[in-house]
Amino acid sequence: MSEKIVEIVDNIDASQVFKELSHPKSGGICVFVGTVREFTREEEVVSLEFETYKKMALKEMDKIASDAVVKWNLNKVIIRHAVGLKEVEVPVVVVGASSAHRDACFEACRYLIDTLKKTVPIWKKERFENKSVWVSAHP
Amino acid sequence: MNVLFFGIAKDIVGSSQITFSDEFKRPNSVADLKAQLIISYPELSKLTSLAVAVNSEYAEDDVSLTVDDEIAIIPPVSGG
Repeated sequence: MSEKIVEIVDNIDASQVFKELSHPKSGGICVFVGTVREFTREEEVVSLEFETYKKMALKEMDKIASDAVVKWNLNKVIIRHAVGLKEVEVPVVVVGASSAHRDACFEACRYLIDTLKKTVPIWKKERFENKSVWVSAHP
Repeated sequence: MNVLFFGIAKDIVGSSQITFSDEFKRPNSVADLKAQLIISYPELSKLTSLAVAVNSEYAEDDVSLTVDDEIAIIPPVSGG
Protein backbone atom coordinates (compact mmCIF):
# COMPACT_ATOMS: atom_id res chain seq x y z
CA MET A 1 0.00 0.00 0.00
CA SER A 2 1.40 3.36 -0.94
CA GLU A 3 0.64 6.54 0.91
CA LYS A 4 -0.72 9.67 -0.75
CA ILE A 5 -0.83 13.20 0.62
CA VAL A 6 -2.96 15.59 -1.41
CA GLU A 7 -3.69 18.97 0.17
CA ILE A 8 -4.54 22.61 -0.39
CA VAL A 9 -3.30 24.73 2.49
CA ASP A 10 -2.81 28.36 3.50
CA ASN A 11 0.93 28.06 4.12
CA ILE A 12 3.59 25.51 3.17
CA ASP A 13 6.38 24.39 5.46
CA ALA A 14 8.81 22.83 2.98
CA SER A 15 11.02 21.49 5.76
CA GLN A 16 8.56 18.76 6.79
CA VAL A 17 8.46 17.06 3.38
CA PHE A 18 11.43 14.71 3.86
CA LYS A 19 9.79 13.20 6.92
CA GLU A 20 6.50 12.85 5.07
CA LEU A 21 8.11 10.98 2.17
CA SER A 22 10.51 8.85 4.19
CA HIS A 23 9.78 5.11 3.79
CA PRO A 24 11.70 1.92 4.66
CA LYS A 25 11.33 0.51 1.12
CA SER A 26 12.55 3.71 -0.52
CA GLY A 27 16.10 4.31 -1.71
CA GLY A 28 15.31 7.74 -3.10
CA ILE A 29 13.13 10.76 -2.49
CA CYS A 30 12.73 13.53 -5.04
CA VAL A 31 11.04 16.83 -4.18
CA PHE A 32 10.16 19.91 -6.20
CA VAL A 33 9.33 23.17 -4.41
CA GLY A 34 7.81 25.99 -6.43
CA THR A 35 8.41 29.48 -5.04
CA VAL A 36 7.47 33.08 -5.80
CA ARG A 37 9.99 34.66 -8.18
CA GLU A 38 10.77 38.35 -7.95
CA PHE A 39 10.75 39.19 -11.66
CA THR A 40 8.49 38.33 -14.59
CA ARG A 41 9.75 39.60 -17.96
CA GLU A 42 11.93 42.15 -16.11
CA GLU A 43 8.98 43.54 -14.16
CA GLU A 44 9.16 43.40 -10.39
CA VAL A 45 6.50 41.20 -8.80
CA VAL A 46 5.20 42.40 -5.42
CA SER A 47 3.25 39.23 -4.64
CA LEU A 48 1.23 36.40 -6.15
CA GLU A 49 -2.35 35.65 -5.28
CA PHE A 50 -3.62 32.10 -5.68
CA GLU A 51 -7.21 31.00 -5.76
CA THR A 52 -8.75 27.60 -6.38
CA TYR A 53 -11.90 25.63 -7.03
CA LYS A 54 -10.97 23.48 -4.07
CA LYS A 55 -13.30 20.53 -4.48
CA MET A 56 -12.25 19.96 -8.09
CA ALA A 57 -8.59 20.80 -7.48
CA LEU A 58 -8.31 18.11 -4.81
CA LYS A 59 -9.94 15.59 -7.16
CA GLU A 60 -7.53 16.44 -9.98
CA MET A 61 -4.53 16.37 -7.63
CA ASP A 62 -5.63 12.97 -6.35
CA LYS A 63 -5.85 11.64 -9.93
CA ILE A 64 -2.30 12.85 -10.65
CA ALA A 65 -0.96 11.32 -7.43
CA SER A 66 -2.73 8.01 -8.05
CA ASP A 67 -1.53 7.83 -11.66
CA ALA A 68 2.06 8.46 -10.54
CA VAL A 69 1.89 5.78 -7.84
CA VAL A 70 0.82 3.20 -10.43
CA LYS A 71 3.14 4.33 -13.22
CA TRP A 72 6.33 4.52 -11.13
CA ASN A 73 5.44 2.12 -8.31
CA LEU A 74 5.91 4.81 -5.66
CA ASN A 75 5.95 4.10 -1.94
CA LYS A 76 4.81 7.61 -1.09
CA VAL A 77 3.67 10.66 -3.02
CA ILE A 78 2.80 14.20 -2.04
CA ILE A 79 1.11 17.10 -3.81
CA ARG A 80 0.52 20.17 -1.65
CA HIS A 81 -0.45 23.60 -2.97
CA ALA A 82 -0.90 26.86 -1.10
CA VAL A 83 -3.56 29.50 -1.75
CA GLY A 84 -3.90 33.16 -0.79
CA LEU A 85 -1.47 36.05 -1.04
CA LYS A 86 2.21 34.98 -1.32
CA GLU A 87 5.29 37.15 -1.23
CA VAL A 88 8.65 36.71 -2.98
CA GLU A 89 10.61 33.54 -2.02
CA VAL A 90 7.66 31.90 -0.30
CA PRO A 91 6.98 28.23 -1.25
CA VAL A 92 3.63 27.84 -3.03
CA VAL A 93 3.71 24.24 -4.16
CA VAL A 94 5.49 21.07 -3.05
CA VAL A 95 5.40 17.80 -4.97
CA GLY A 96 7.46 14.75 -4.16
CA ALA A 97 7.87 11.06 -4.79
CA SER A 98 9.47 8.29 -2.78
CA SER A 99 10.56 5.09 -4.51
CA ALA A 100 12.95 2.13 -4.38
CA HIS A 101 15.31 3.63 -6.99
CA ARG A 102 16.07 7.20 -8.05
CA ASP A 103 14.99 7.07 -11.71
CA ALA A 104 11.39 6.47 -10.72
CA CYS A 105 11.17 9.34 -8.23
CA PHE A 106 12.92 11.84 -10.56
CA GLU A 107 10.51 11.03 -13.40
CA ALA A 108 7.47 10.96 -11.14
CA CYS A 109 8.34 14.33 -9.60
CA ARG A 110 8.53 15.97 -13.02
CA TYR A 111 5.20 14.39 -13.99
CA LEU A 112 3.54 15.60 -10.78
CA ILE A 113 4.39 19.28 -11.25
CA ASP A 114 3.97 19.35 -15.05
CA THR A 115 0.52 17.73 -14.89
CA LEU A 116 -0.58 19.90 -11.96
CA LYS A 117 0.20 23.00 -14.02
CA LYS A 118 -1.93 21.71 -16.91
CA THR A 119 -5.04 20.35 -15.20
CA VAL A 120 -5.52 21.48 -11.60
CA PRO A 121 -7.98 24.39 -11.23
CA ILE A 122 -5.74 26.84 -9.40
CA TRP A 123 -5.18 30.36 -10.68
CA LYS A 124 -2.47 32.88 -9.93
CA LYS A 125 -2.54 36.61 -10.27
CA GLU A 126 0.76 38.47 -10.44
CA ARG A 127 0.66 41.73 -8.55
CA PHE A 128 3.09 44.37 -9.81
CA GLU A 129 3.56 47.90 -8.48
CA ASN A 130 0.81 49.41 -10.67
CA LYS A 131 -1.22 46.50 -12.05
CA SER A 132 -2.16 42.88 -11.56
CA VAL A 133 -2.42 40.15 -14.21
CA TRP A 134 -3.99 36.68 -14.24
CA VAL A 135 -1.17 34.41 -15.46
CA SER A 136 -1.71 32.59 -18.81
CA ALA A 137 -5.23 33.98 -19.20
CA HIS A 138 -4.62 35.52 -22.62
CA PRO A 139 -2.63 34.19 -25.59
CA MET B 1 -29.18 26.50 -12.45
CA ASN B 2 -26.08 28.05 -10.84
CA VAL B 3 -22.74 28.53 -12.55
CA LEU B 4 -19.53 29.22 -10.61
CA PHE B 5 -16.73 31.47 -11.89
CA PHE B 6 -13.08 31.62 -10.91
CA GLY B 7 -9.95 33.64 -11.70
CA ILE B 8 -10.20 35.97 -14.66
CA ALA B 9 -13.64 34.60 -15.58
CA LYS B 10 -14.93 35.87 -12.23
CA ASP B 11 -13.47 39.32 -12.98
CA ILE B 12 -15.04 39.40 -16.46
CA VAL B 13 -18.48 38.37 -15.24
CA GLY B 14 -18.17 40.53 -12.12
CA SER B 15 -19.43 37.77 -9.83
CA SER B 16 -18.40 34.38 -8.50
CA GLN B 17 -21.80 32.88 -9.37
CA ILE B 18 -24.66 33.51 -11.78
CA THR B 19 -28.06 31.87 -11.88
CA PHE B 20 -30.10 30.86 -14.93
CA SER B 21 -33.58 31.10 -13.46
CA ASP B 22 -35.70 31.08 -16.64
CA GLU B 23 -36.13 27.41 -17.46
CA PHE B 24 -36.71 28.13 -21.16
CA LYS B 25 -33.40 29.97 -21.50
CA ARG B 26 -31.44 27.56 -19.36
CA PRO B 27 -28.48 26.03 -21.30
CA ASN B 28 -28.95 22.33 -21.90
CA SER B 29 -25.37 21.42 -22.81
CA VAL B 30 -21.81 22.56 -22.15
CA ALA B 31 -21.60 23.97 -25.70
CA ASP B 32 -24.87 25.84 -25.21
CA LEU B 33 -23.67 27.30 -21.90
CA LYS B 34 -20.39 28.51 -23.43
CA ALA B 35 -22.23 30.07 -26.38
CA GLN B 36 -24.68 31.91 -24.11
CA LEU B 37 -21.93 33.17 -21.82
CA ILE B 38 -19.81 34.43 -24.73
CA ILE B 39 -22.79 36.42 -26.04
CA SER B 40 -23.34 38.00 -22.62
CA TYR B 41 -19.64 38.41 -21.80
CA PRO B 42 -17.64 38.70 -25.07
CA GLU B 43 -14.35 39.10 -23.14
CA LEU B 44 -14.55 35.39 -22.30
CA SER B 45 -13.86 34.57 -25.97
CA LYS B 46 -10.45 36.31 -25.75
CA LEU B 47 -9.11 33.85 -23.18
CA THR B 48 -6.51 31.22 -24.10
CA SER B 49 -9.07 28.53 -23.25
CA LEU B 50 -12.45 28.21 -21.59
CA ALA B 51 -13.28 24.88 -19.98
CA VAL B 52 -16.39 23.80 -18.13
CA ALA B 53 -16.57 21.46 -15.16
CA VAL B 54 -19.73 19.53 -14.35
CA ASN B 55 -19.86 18.10 -10.85
CA SER B 56 -16.17 18.94 -10.46
CA GLU B 57 -14.99 17.00 -13.55
CA TYR B 58 -13.90 18.52 -16.87
CA ALA B 59 -16.79 18.18 -19.33
CA GLU B 60 -16.71 18.11 -23.15
CA ASP B 61 -19.06 20.26 -25.24
CA ASP B 62 -21.63 17.49 -25.76
CA VAL B 63 -22.25 16.87 -22.04
CA SER B 64 -25.82 17.76 -21.09
CA LEU B 65 -26.66 19.93 -18.08
CA THR B 66 -29.40 19.67 -15.49
CA VAL B 67 -30.49 22.08 -12.74
CA ASP B 68 -28.95 19.94 -10.04
CA ASP B 69 -25.47 19.84 -11.58
CA GLU B 70 -22.64 21.85 -10.01
CA ILE B 71 -21.33 23.78 -13.00
CA ALA B 72 -18.12 25.81 -13.06
CA ILE B 73 -16.32 27.89 -15.66
CA ILE B 74 -12.61 27.09 -15.71
CA PRO B 75 -10.42 29.76 -17.36
CA PRO B 76 -6.77 28.86 -18.20
CA VAL B 77 -5.25 27.33 -15.06
CA SER B 78 -1.96 28.65 -13.71
CA GLY B 79 -1.10 26.78 -10.54
CA GLY B 80 2.43 25.87 -9.50
